Amino acid sequence: MSQRGEAQRILLDVRDLHTEFRTGVGVVRAVDGVSYTVERGETVAIVGESGSGKSVGAMSILRLIPNPPGRITQGEVIFDGRDLMRLSEAEMRHVRGGDIGMVFQEPMTSLNPVLTIGRQITETLEQHRGASRAEAHRRAVELLGLVGIADPERRLRQYPHQLSGGMRQRVMIAVALTCEPKLIIADEPTTALDVTIQAQILELMKSLTERLGVALIIITHNLGVVARYAHRVNVMYAGRIVESGPAAAIYRDPRHPYTMALLRSVPRLDRPRQARLDPVEGQPPDLTRLDQGCSFRPRCRFAVAACAASRPPLTPAGASGQLAACFRATELAGGAAA
Amino acid sequence: MSAALAAHEAPLLEVRGLRMHFPVTEGIVARRTIGTVKAVDGIDFTVGRGETLGLVGESGCGKTTTGRCILRLETPTAGEIRYKGQDIAKLDRKSLLALRRRIQVIFQDPYSSLNPRMKVGAIIAEPMKVHGVVPDAAKRADRVRELLSVCGLDPRFADRYPHEMSGGQRQRVGIARALALEPEFIVCDEAVSALDVSIQAQIVNLLEDLRERFHLTYLFIAHDLSVVRHICQRVAVMYLGHIVELASCDELFGNPLHPYTQALLAAVPVPDPSVEAARTFRPVQGEVPSPMNPPSGCVFHPRCPLAVDRCRREAPQPRELRPGHWVACSEVQ
Repeated sequence: MSQRGEAQRILLDVRDLHTEFRTGVGVVRAVDGVSYTVERGETVAIVGESGSGKSVGAMSILRLIPNPPGRITQGEVIFDGRDLMRLSEAEMRHVRGGDIGMVFQEPMTSLNPVLTIGRQITETLEQHRGASRAEAHRRAVELLGLVGIADPERRLRQYPHQLSGGMRQRVMIAVALTCEPKLIIADEPTTALDVTIQAQILELMKSLTERLGVALIIITHNLGVVARYAHRVNVMYAGRIVESGPAAAIYRDPRHPYTMALLRSVPRLDRPRQARLDPVEGQPPDLTRLDQGCSFRPRCRFAVAACAASRPPLTPAGASGQLAACFRATELAGGAAA
Repeated sequence: MSAALAAHEAPLLEVRGLRMHFPVTEGIVARRTIGTVKAVDGIDFTVGRGETLGLVGESGCGKTTTGRCILRLETPTAGEIRYKGQDIAKLDRKSLLALRRRIQVIFQDPYSSLNPRMKVGAIIAEPMKVHGVVPDAAKRADRVRELLSVCGLDPRFADRYPHEMSGGQRQRVGIARALALEPEFIVCDEAVSALDVSIQAQIVNLLEDLRERFHLTYLFIAHDLSVVRHICQRVAVMYLGHIVELASCDELFGNPLHPYTQALLAAVPVPDPSVEAARTFRPVQGEVPSPMNPPSGCVFHPRCPLAVDRCRREAPQPRELRPGHWVACSEVQ
């Protein structure tokens, strides 16, 4: 593909992003040099555990990091040809909820409790698009229908607390879609929901992103959700991407020992019961005490002397498009079974 | 102990017709009852000695309330909870204290269930103090160190505060505290749900080791079906205050009969894109109705693909469709 074609295909290009927090016990490098791209219309999952930097990374893209204590110290975020890090705050407000829609984990806290559902949607339309009240109302009805809410006229007059959790998340998705975004960032969109409702919401997001051609960044800790919905995956550990690539390749032949250990540790309904689970040993890293070596090293069963000396960069390993930040990535083929 | 053996001897715990209804009130000065939440509405099950029974279902199905009734943190509205033959639903305060030495609990959230102002050692020693089990302070300290190491923690952690520990380590402290009185029965209420994936397997393994080592019996309340399948011998599926299906683990996951259990299992995505790509999947429609105003007849009928007229009128009674496999549905055969 030509360079020009490539540039048109890529919607979001995050380059060497660094975000840190100053805390009482030291500086936490929550996001420590993260680079990845999202193509138009594709679903990219960011997987990681608490403290891995997956949410902070996404909030950094939107420049929603509270300062102090947080600060984006370095990096470029090229979205549709513009570096979001260089925009004014006013321009940035236009991007948030405009070209980039957001869906958060807890819809009760991200919807305004004193505004009706209708007002939350029409407000966005009036501010971003200068729509008239009547136009905005018509579009709001249409959007609620789109996200599968029956009787939209009645729902528009209700307040968030009058809706169930699943219904509120549908409203959040409607709000995110209001200005026909090119990208939706969904931070643990279904973690607070029950499993049957989670399935409904994820199916809805999948069909809408496919139908409307919207790219989706889905941040989650659920490896099953990633397997069902993501085209590509970035696995994060201690503020860095340790493995990335096509979802199918990473699940079939993971090359970073953390990805391998993670996939091995979860019990699976489609496999015979194991006598014993195979956990990732040790504790999650203390982000204030990282050294120059690989941060997974203390828990890694493949660690060698080189791992203490420096951090391995993301390098091609395994399938086409697959990258792993491990010195031994090429020799760890089929390592998930080891 | 084998499950077959457990089935023949008297169960350790026997729950019969358990109901827990909470009044819903309105008004601050003149309080009046405007309705009832039927959190648990007539359930029966047994737990054999040495067995792990899973209690699964979505929020509001009554699984946690059931656990709280067994711990007598709630006094049931109706029904019997027989522990070794004694009905604990009707015990007075004094007999309850004795019971609580035998029945302990591990909570979901290791952040809010440990007192942040107490050192880990004091947290673990507290139940022994309250029950006067190990009156000697030095011996108690020894016991705390032993419990910490049994739970995979360095005994020196006794001098730390909970905030100095990770979530997984805190959950180990919660488990050590539950073990302090040498209980027979432990209610694990979402004991691994709040933990990170990489830590969850460590705690599951620990719970299994402890079960074997101390001959424990667990009621394992959880919503993660993959974990339940791994750790339990039998599983009860709850929906809106009712048990809709109860069977051995292999039977329930291998041959789910109730439409709700089937929907629940289908909704769990498998961590493997090649498996997922081959699956055709249509999520069950609708949401769980309010337990204040549950549907007539079978509580699942508004969402059920099999529902017929009769389901709207009659509440189905549990039937044993295969040996040990109980289903509360009048349509499945």
